[in-house]
Amino acid sequence: MLQIKPVLAAMRHHKAGTVLIALQIALTLAIVCNALFIIHQRAERMARPTGLEESGLFVIRNDWADKSDPQRIDAQTRADLLALRQLGSVEDAYSTNSFPLRGSGWDNFIKLDPDQPGMTTDAAMFFVDDHALPTLGTSLIAGRNFNASEIGAQAPRDAMHADQVIISKDLAHRLYPDGSALGKAIYVTMGRKPSTVIGITDTLQSHMTSSWAAPYAYNAVLIPARLANDYTWYLVRARPGQMEAAMRDAPKALYAQSRMRIIDPDDGVITFSEVRRQAYDRDFGMAVLMAIVSVVLLAITAAGIIGLTSFWVGQRRKQIGVRRALGARRADILEYFLTENLLIGLGGVLAGTVLAVAINLWMVTRFETARLSLGYVAVGVVLLLLLGQAAVLAPALRASRVPPVEATRA
Amino acid sequence: MLAYYFQLGLRSLRRHRALTALMVMAIGFGVAASMITWAVFRAVSGDPMPGKSSQLYTVLLDNRGPQFNDDGEPPEALTYTDATTLVAAAKAQRQTLLYDVAPSVLPQGERSLPFIADGYATNADFFAMFEVPFEYGGAWHADDDQGRAAVVVISHELNRQLFGGADSVGRQIVLDKRSYRIVGVTAHWDPQPRFYDLFSGRQFGDPVQLYLPFSRAVDVAMDTAGRNNCGANTELGVGREAWLHGECVWLPMWVELADASAADDYRRFLTGYAAQQQRAGRFQWEPNVRLRDVNDWLDYMRVVPSESRISLLIALGFFVICLVNTVGLLLAKFMRRAVEIGVRRALGAPRREIYLQFLTEAGTVGLAGGVLGLLLTALGMSGVGLLFEPEIARLAHLDLPLVMMTVLTAIVATVLAAFYPTWRAARVQPAWQLKSN
Repeated sequence: MLQIKPVLAAMRHHKAGTVLIALQIALTLAIVCNALFIIHQRAERMARPTGLEESGLFVIRNDWADKSDPQRIDAQTRADLLALRQLGSVEDAYSTNSFPLRGSGWDNFIKLDPDQPGMTTDAAMFFVDDHALPTLGTSLIAGRNFNASEIGAQAPRDAMHADQVIISKDLAHRLYPDGSALGKAIYVTMGRKPSTVIGITDTLQSHMTSSWAAPYAYNAVLIPARLANDYTWYLVRARPGQMEAAMRDAPKALYAQSRMRIIDPDDGVITFSEVRRQAYDRDFGMAVLMAIVSVVLLAITAAGIIGLTSFWVGQRRKQIGVRRALGARRADILEYFLTENLLIGLGGVLAGTVLAVAINLWMVTRFETARLSLGYVAVGVVLLLLLGQAAVLAPALRASRVPPVEATRA
Repeated sequence: MLAYYFQLGLRSLRRHRALTALMVMAIGFGVAASMITWAVFRAVSGDPMPGKSSQLYTVLLDNRGPQFNDDGEPPEALTYTDATTLVAAAKAQRQTLLYDVAPSVLPQGERSLPFIADGYATNADFFAMFEVPFEYGGAWHADDDQGRAAVVVISHELNRQLFGGADSVGRQIVLDKRSYRIVGVTAHWDPQPRFYDLFSGRQFGDPVQLYLPFSRAVDVAMDTAGRNNCGANTELGVGREAWLHGECVWLPMWVELADASAADDYRRFLTGYAAQQQRAGRFQWEPNVRLRDVNDWLDYMRVVPSESRISLLIALGFFVICLVNTVGLLLAKFMRRAVEIGVRRALGAPRREIYLQFLTEAGTVGLAGGVLGLLLTALGMSGVGLLFEPEIARLAHLDLPLVMMTVLTAIVATVLAAFYPTWRAARVQPAWQLKSN
């Protein structure tokens, strides 16, 4: 049976220490809960799929050094693509203006009716050709891919036109929740000309990674055209096991085509895993920081408990001796300190729970973070109570070894 | 006496090594976490134009109307039509417009490869308004803007890359296959955040490498490398000319206005301009204009990443816990010496002396914690690249004010934390302590 009453009575004699430990436990709980929650949220974001077969994929940033007219850029792009696709180490390649996780790119408002006042939703515009889906490793869940004859050329400042488009699964669902998007006319070009949906891809992420764009993160429209910008991205899929060779061969093949281009020697050719790493840099850093803070915080709180309890044990050697002399067993002494810690801990986690929820609510209004799920608080409560019991164990064991003879010492 | 107490403190710290180590570590970690996140926060939230930020305003104008604007706010930049008209009107002391360009640079010499340089197409006022320092030469003149001259100002860094840092004024460089004459080389200039171009979202980008006249860049159809936002209501025409004179916004514009009354005058002028556009039938809505000064603009555009704020707050919370921890440990440590205090008091030491002795001891702990904190901060600074994006991490650095702040914060916080334990120590009843032994 727990001896609660005498513990409470004794606590009244060292209020300050009791309050300090409880306060420390409360604050630790509040911060660790929120930190764990942040870690979980960031990890969840980082684990989102792109819908691409990411291994074996790499990207080349190609700037045109002469910035010539769109026709010449387009001709050069086509020649480049032929050269890339002929490489032994390359399985397939296409050119584009942007790609999933890039962070910046071109997004358009999507409408179902050209005269509707606002947008239905927002989506990434990916300019692609018939090689895009095989290169990305993304499959179609309905309809068909573009064929080579449907691929046009587009000058950057011209009005867009696309008679046919392929859209991502999530965009299709957003536009036609009943699943009937295939074959429908939608307005993706900001103009009055409709585009027919000829295919729907499986999950495909857009270039948008910022939090404001979260509702559009999986909306993508594939436009069957090469965009003759000042720069282009080549997405290249290497043959299995030939990634390194392909990443070496591809820029060489491009320079052999024409030297009037700029591919940055440092980061002009990067693997898709590097693209992913850069896209989630901030999230990763935040998660690491929160993990460090949590671990150090728990360690410091444990150390604080050990320190104060040791002091109490030292202070009460005589009383412990008296209790032992009056017949208390070692286990009773041990239990006394464990109970004391548990009671303080319970007070602390109670206050800490309130504080954790308050901090989270404040962060929700201030930083638009999500609501803390109570599961985290529960985990935190158990964690801190166990931590307290573990921390108190060493001083409590020391206390239980105080000999009864201590009672007789001055 | 203080020196003696300091020695006593050191001796006492040595006596309870584990306890001391615990306190020093708690303070060290707490202060280091706070300082590292503070250094990052300071870097991203600083005033990029101290002394002048309240005289520089970005000009915004609603060309979309209530149906398509951003919850009543005008778009974050101007159209070509509005920006060029407002700059030409010259109603402010100075006015500039700008857009991001990324021309290719072809260095001289056989073996060198072309590379992309980041820069801005702008006008002569830019340099005076933003107080750009020059190493050689200077800004181009308003005449060059008028004459659409093929001139360029390059940065200290680009000058070193291309000309080894020599005075290159008067020499030519080739940008996008066209030749430009260098008129000035800036000294290192990289205000952070890059307040004047928040529109393109590169507030913490690498330093700008070159500047060339806006009129010239438009003439040679140098495309924007920054953002171009066409809103929702635009029917894009065909070709560059249609885009240029259309309703897409892509030009940040800034004016310099000496005081509040000048700002009011300019706001009236701007409202008048919008009203005129309304009368002309271009806008079907009431004038909706904004003048935002640098800090207002940084705020509105939410330049400080929320990650930076959250980590600073969490680190401060962490520090508070470390201090609570220290209060507890100091209490234990001081009360253990109740007998010693009793003896001192019985021998005639006033309470003030007890205060002095124990606060000095706490200060010693704080100093040790500060030194550890400094080491951890320095260590953390080198690892800051792991936690924040490289563009932001490169801005955080350990400088003298931060070093002093680290140590001072540690000492002051520890002494403050020691007040309660010391008060308890000073209240020790000498008679009681002496009797019980």
